[in-house]
Amino acid sequence: MKKQFILFLTVLFSFGMLNSCSESEVQESSPEEELKTEKKEFTGELPELSVYNLPSEWTNQNNENIRLEDLKGDIIVAVMIYTTCKAACPRLIADVRRIHEKVSDKANKQVKYVFVSIDPEIDTPERMKEFAIENEMDNDQWVFLRSDIEDTREFAAVLAVSYKRISPIDFSHSNIISVFDQEGVLVHQKEGLGVDDSSTIEAIEKLAM
Amino acid sequence: MFSKFVTIVIIIFFSLISYGQKQDMALIKGGTYIPLYGSDSMPVKVDDFSIDVYPVTNAEYITFLKENPKWKKSNVIALYADGAYLRHFKDELTLKDGENPNAPMTNVSWFAAKKYCECQGKRLPTLDEWEYVGMSDQKNADARSKDDYNKFILSWYEKPSTYHQEIGSTFENYWGVYDMHGLVWEWTQDFNSVLISGESRSDKDGNQDLFCGGAALGSTDLMNYAAFMRYAFRGSVKANYSVRTLGFRCAKSLK
Repeated sequence: MKKQFILFLTVLFSFGMLNSCSESEVQESSPEEELKTEKKEFTGELPELSVYNLPSEWTNQNNENIRLEDLKGDIIVAVMIYTTCKAACPRLIADVRRIHEKVSDKANKQVKYVFVSIDPEIDTPERMKEFAIENEMDNDQWVFLRSDIEDTREFAAVLAVSYKRISPIDFSHSNIISVFDQEGVLVHQKEGLGVDDSSTIEAIEKLAM
Repeated sequence: MFSKFVTIVIIIFFSLISYGQKQDMALIKGGTYIPLYGSDSMPVKVDDFSIDVYPVTNAEYITFLKENPKWKKSNVIALYADGAYLRHFKDELTLKDGENPNAPMTNVSWFAAKKYCECQGKRLPTLDEWEYVGMSDQKNADARSKDDYNKFILSWYEKPSTYHQEIGSTFENYWGVYDMHGLVWEWTQDFNSVLISGESRSDKDGNQDLFCGGAALGSTDLMNYAAFMRYAFRGSVKANYSVRTLGFRCAKSLK
């Protein structure tokens, strides 16, 4: 009898595991009545195309846990990098720094420059902090973010950024600078290194008006 | 009396589970393989895993939609699926006339495919896992150098509307998996790890032989063209795209 009881518990437990998807759905949508209010909250405030709809969780260079939505209200200039990168990233970072210098002071007050790590295993908050200091980007305007491998992949999917680990320490990746509006909608992308950034700056200035 | 009942329930429950797994998924013994990423390709290690024997069907996806109304066409947000999502549906839960419930589910975005798998307690296969399973024919784990294998894939590229065919209508491969080639392309977890696209041509990090014509010509074997098409296609889609020729199947890690 006791054995059977344990077995029964095992069954209950494994049943719970199997249903983990529908459980998480319950919080978001399950009963029809709740669906409506939830949906209003979910899409009523955020535009459908807002990247802030992603449920992912991130850590910044100050070891604070944030959700992407916490960036709402700012204009976001985002790139995906990894801090141990020796080839393209320093140039990509230089490009972002140049954009920061060219954007007017008035607009810059509304902009956050966000670096998202494609190598979250190596890029710990401590490592990102060191990197921020080395690059003189250690203030509120510069945000370094890492998440888990899956959420990083998802974020990259939204940005149409491709990357692949090609050796234990290196990635090949596309170099794309993305600009998001105050609600998290992607409004501008510029791809390539050292390219003409006038359209990027124009996009930022326009959002800041 | 009660304990007998519990025992019976338990037995039925477990046999259902193991029956289901045996039927639906094939166990893949891991190993290393050299993928097609250009001439400097390094061997990639793939761990043991299991993968769905068949692509997910229209009928199976409809069941998912019933259980997860958030993914119905009228509810899904544009970030997750573009306007072509479920384009072969007549209404929320019904296929258009002439569509086969047992054909592979297509017109489905990466986000939707990913969610579907998560809801089965599974995940999308990685690109390397997919390619590892996809490189076998009926008899060989790696058939990429075989003429017949490549001819089959290339002739499929020329056939129209293969997405209407039922699952299981192509060959059973070395691992007991069907339809890796011949019906539809399939989403992978890291489809966006492919750098054969417009983006990569302006990457100035010396991998020029990776791109476009250069990739096909630089490949060790012209027959790699069959695989190159697949990589190029992956490099051309975005995560919220829904495409008539693109379906998916799920995989699972072994703990």
